[in-house]
Amino acid sequence: MEQVLTNGVYLGAQYALIALGLTLIFALMNVLNFAHGQMYVLGGFVTYTVYGQFEMPFVVAILASAVTLAIVGALVEKFLFRPVLKNSEREESSMLLAAGLAFFLDAVILLLFGEKQRGVPKIIDGVMNWDFLIIIPYDRILIGVLAITFIVTFILFMQYSKPGRAMRALAQDKVAAQLMGVNVTRYSMLGFALGAMLAGIAGGLLVSIVGVNSGIGGPISIKAFMMVMIGGAGVISGAIAGGFILGMLESIGLTVLVAYGDMTYLLIFVSLMIFLSIRPQGLMGKPWG
Amino acid sequence: MIEISGRWDYYYTLTSVALLSIASSGVWLTFYIGRINIGQGAYALAGGYVVAILVTKYDVSFWLSVPIAGLFCSFVSMLIGASILRLRGVYFAMITLVLTEVAKLTAMSLPITNGAKGISSIALPGELSIFGIIIIPDFSTLANVKLAFYYVAVILMIFVFAGMYRLVNSRIGHLCRSLQQNEELASSIGVNITILRIIAYSISSFLGGIGGAIFVSISQSVYPTTFQVADSINFMLNVFVGGMGYVFGPMIGTLFIYFGWDLLFTTGKYQLLIYSSIIIALILVLPNGLLSLRIFNKSNKREIK
Repeated sequence: MEQVLTNGVYLGAQYALIALGLTLIFALMNVLNFAHGQMYVLGGFVTYTVYGQFEMPFVVAILASAVTLAIVGALVEKFLFRPVLKNSEREESSMLLAAGLAFFLDAVILLLFGEKQRGVPKIIDGVMNWDFLIIIPYDRILIGVLAITFIVTFILFMQYSKPGRAMRALAQDKVAAQLMGVNVTRYSMLGFALGAMLAGIAGGLLVSIVGVNSGIGGPISIKAFMMVMIGGAGVISGAIAGGFILGMLESIGLTVLVAYGDMTYLLIFVSLMIFLSIRPQGLMGKPWG
Repeated sequence: MIEISGRWDYYYTLTSVALLSIASSGVWLTFYIGRINIGQGAYALAGGYVVAILVTKYDVSFWLSVPIAGLFCSFVSMLIGASILRLRGVYFAMITLVLTEVAKLTAMSLPITNGAKGISSIALPGELSIFGIIIIPDFSTLANVKLAFYYVAVILMIFVFAGMYRLVNSRIGHLCRSLQQNEELASSIGVNITILRIIAYSISSFLGGIGGAIFVSISQSVYPTTFQVADSINFMLNVFVGGMGYVFGPMIGTLFIYFGWDLLFTTGKYQLLIYSSIIIALILVLPNGLLSLRIFNKSNKREIK
């Protein structure tokens, strides 16, 4: 049982990091970023290249992933989402653009990195064994701790720094924030870059455990959507809660229903639909976003 | 044109376009009541499985099982729709996307659907006769099965779009438009929005079901991955690219996207890159869809009104 809970916390930390980026972008621009999973994959491949191929330190690789994805996010916001959001009257157009972008990133990743499953050598060897109750490799502990550190840093940044305050104001009420002198264009771009960066960091961290291949972008996006829906779209605490809940459910489900395989996910999906029909805005969301 | 080019496989492409545009027109109808539907793949898959199971296990005629598949889908969608249609905007979009994944996983885990192996060697449609008069001959005796499916698909597509056009211009169509603009206002002047939403959603799923059902009969096999998330997103793209304000948008959009994808096949590994760039460019340049181009405008403005 302790083992299951530990796995749940570890998975949850990863998931929360992925969901945070998605929910940040949604809160700021009301865009459902279909390409989030693809950004995660891109981050994974950058870390793979820098750490696995060039044999630089892991920290450098994670930083490279973060910087690359932040640049990609900023460019995507400036040249794709901003004109579309400005010119079209329907919010659906941005969703279509995000879907197109997901296909585009998929194609780019496939061309640049090929279709093979890629992994990197272990960061640290060895397995922690605590009385045979909890058995967990050291590298998983490291990755879990790093993920939680990033989450805490992100929350502190949003809570106490000036850009963080500006972005929270934007998420609450765009017009009011603008009237108070918040530079909407600049902080939208910053927010999108930050969201993409979080996806990249998550991808970079996880490449050392599960590896990465060009096809997992879509499934990761769907998981991220689920976490965001559990917690409530556009709420940071909700994304973290959603990530940990999904991680825990998966960990427990895969242990209890080990004989049935895909049944776990089916049960999670079905219970999510029932949950949403009772509480459409998720755990902590505002009604109708 | 096909006779000249000698590419008989275009019949297959056109058949697919016709069937996918039927399913896309269902997605369009949910847009018409103001909901972003990315779950059509779920109903197409369900329809496909219903036909596959009826034809292979129970020997039901193809011509009977297709409507049954459609009705099954619209019944399921009523049950699901009753709860999820309360969601709006992005939330509805996300839950329908999850629905596609649910359909795939259900198909994987139920015993009747034969898991990941799927159901293959589904018999071709048999003959359809009323009082001994053969209306449609047995497909397996025909020389060119592709051509026969082509006619079935195109005739069905014409019926669907004619029906859709009629529906949009009927009283229910006007009520649906009121839902798209403001649900609270519509409800306050006495429109039963709950029933109307469910009706529109069930018609939409019916179309998804029959589209998927015939698609499966052509390929004579169905797997849990026959329709998946990417297909659901493509259905949505078809509608957007064609133009959401036009009844015939899904048809044009599907033709453009499917044919474009097929023609780009010659570019090999750059296919997806070029395809997605074109889609992104289209969204940037024509946010209201292909039909908003001026050459189409004259004829369409009059039709929609």
